[in-house]
Amino acid sequence: MVLSGADIVIKTLIEQGCNVVFGYPGGQVLDIYDSLYKYSDEIKHVLTAHEQGAAHGADGYARATGRVGVVISTSGPGATNLVTGIATAHLDSIPVVAICGNVPTTQIGTDSFQEIDITGITLPITKHNYFVSNVKELANTIREAFRIAQSGRPGPVLIDIPKDVQVATCEYTCAEAVQADEPMAAKDIRIEQAAEYINMAKEPYIYFGGGVVSSNAQEEMLALAELIDAPMGCSLMGLSAIPTNTPRFLGMQGMHGHYSSSMAMNKADCIIALGVRFNDRVTGDRKRFAERTKIVHIDVDGSELSKNVNAGYCMRGDLKATLKKLLPLINESKKPDWWKKIDKLRKKELDSRDNREGLTPKNIIEKLNFYIGENTAVATDVGQHQMWTAQSLEVKKTRRFLTSGGLGTMGYGLGAAMGAAAGTGERSVLVTSDGSFGMSLNELATAVSYNIPVVILIMNNGVLGMVRQWQTLFFNKHYSSSVLNRKTDFVAVAKAFGALGERVESIEALDTALKNAFEYNGPYVIDCVIDKDELVLPMLPPSGSMDDIIVKVGE
Amino acid sequence: MQKYTVAVLVNNQFGVLNRVTSMFRRRQFNISALTVSETESSAYSRITVVFEGDEPNKEQLINQLYKLPDVHSIKELDSNNSISCELLLIKMKNEAASRDDIRAAAEAFGAVTVDYSKESVMLQLTGSSNKIDDFINIMRDYVILEICRTGSVSLEKGSVTIRKVLNF
Repeated sequence: MVLSGADIVIKTLIEQGCNVVFGYPGGQVLDIYDSLYKYSDEIKHVLTAHEQGAAHGADGYARATGRVGVVISTSGPGATNLVTGIATAHLDSIPVVAICGNVPTTQIGTDSFQEIDITGITLPITKHNYFVSNVKELANTIREAFRIAQSGRPGPVLIDIPKDVQVATCEYTCAEAVQADEPMAAKDIRIEQAAEYINMAKEPYIYFGGGVVSSNAQEEMLALAELIDAPMGCSLMGLSAIPTNTPRFLGMQGMHGHYSSSMAMNKADCIIALGVRFNDRVTGDRKRFAERTKIVHIDVDGSELSKNVNAGYCMRGDLKATLKKLLPLINESKKPDWWKKIDKLRKKELDSRDNREGLTPKNIIEKLNFYIGENTAVATDVGQHQMWTAQSLEVKKTRRFLTSGGLGTMGYGLGAAMGAAAGTGERSVLVTSDGSFGMSLNELATAVSYNIPVVILIMNNGVLGMVRQWQTLFFNKHYSSSVLNRKTDFVAVAKAFGALGERVESIEALDTALKNAFEYNGPYVIDCVIDKDELVLPMLPPSGSMDDIIVKVGE
Repeated sequence: MQKYTVAVLVNNQFGVLNRVTSMFRRRQFNISALTVSETESSAYSRITVVFEGDEPNKEQLINQLYKLPDVHSIKELDSNNSISCELLLIKMKNEAASRDDIRAAAEAFGAVTVDYSKESVMLQLTGSSNKIDDFINIMRDYVILEICRTGSVSLEKGSVTIRKVLNF
């Protein structure tokens, strides 16, 4: 059938299995919005307060469901407002397709009203991007964008569509939803070499990241851990791969990771790194990182191998496919001596545990753990609260912890929590702080308009906590521009937007507030007051090694 | 630091060169020469990159190139397995005192005169980048008005072509 470019955009999205898009209309996407109106039975549009919220919404949807998230914006400022959201998805390898309108092709390059070179701007923060100048290429470009976004190491793809291409018509034939490229295992010879090495290891440690989630390789990874009796730890991005209560899981490691997990990784004679990239927040000083340890590194992206640390046995391949081939080559063995050491580390961690009562960050998250269900997605913003959540949250199911790990985007959480709620069809939670929430609270309007049940837990300390922590530890307590002490009343803000909210100053009050929030069908803000001098501990100082770890201040 | 030559077969579309060079810039690869041209098929362009770095830099450059969807295949070329060649145009001041010396050097290197005026003489030389460097060094004893060189292009010896290289 002959359709307009705008209709082709929406029909192709529907054909690709997309039933919800996030976005914001404007001059150069009016045609696309007209088609959204036409096909509103088949595809739902979530209008956000700001395009950045829409981009984070698509990202949150993608993280929670594993499907491609889609965001639509107009040209110029609409497109530039997506940039932080696209970069967030890029750094965390999240499949998102962003569709932007642009001025008609005849005006491109003339600096016309709301014209911006968005393909140029997003070149370094997308996996790929397209400028579509011919309506005949539109459907296949969108299909190709979906394929690229999901294949290999996932990531965002942007499509820029000038107004006249949306108006032009051509023949459209419906096609099947594209599949991600066939996952390829690493080369057999590489797998054999790695197996040989893993079989020799006496004190192995499995270090995993977000790649396990995108490859859906949890089962194979756990099987490997059982076979070789290895402790496991993860990066921030790996946190949602397996349930927190997995017995051999020591928790997140790295700058603010669990002591036992970071130390075990440092003491291991063999680190098996799965879908993880040895970010500087994990290794500290790269030259002193795990000096005596051999590393087996599997990643779908060849450029991650030996990029940050020198891995002795590295192989490029899909994790699930590669682990499936690796498992039969691995000998089963028990490692009681290694576990004696691990248990000592665990005991040391337990001994230095924060046992204070009252409204401490740890107690807040542990209280939250009572209320979240298996399917509840928990998103965070960025800063101290993000690390406290990562340390103490009980993740119960894969893809139920959403955080901006790579880019560290303050203001990420509310959009992501709404996207996750749209994806799971269930209540989601945002753990945030007064600083981060201040960057995106306009999206409360969206949550109220669509009656999205999201519990917003603000850890309110009146300061930019993580900045303050660094100033406390490394800048002689010069609290330069990190003291907020704003007069913002978040409960009144919630009410002004049409949501509910309450302020809590005790752990008992928090309990009641959480009960209220989890019973309410809509957005509910809990403004939770904490002390401004709470620190995230342990802390591995930047560019330090495990010998420099700060467990308690004053030590 | 070592010099590496890498040939890259890419889609022949606008913006592809920008994608490649933008990646070089943001990952801070040190490119010393770059040539681009259409190939035997109008669907593809061939980029020849000469850059300086160490072995891990080279691996990283190739791996990052493979991540660009517009890249079809990549071949690392060295003097053992390939022929590399560069073109130089050099415009010298034409004066009686140096005319014979310039002519003698040009003859020795096999450079040909492609333009001649009362004030200037333009020479054209093809060959390896080293040979061109040497020739320019000799010319520096006289008055150079302008230099333009193309950067190295390379093709593998024998019947193997870049299109037969599969993505690893």
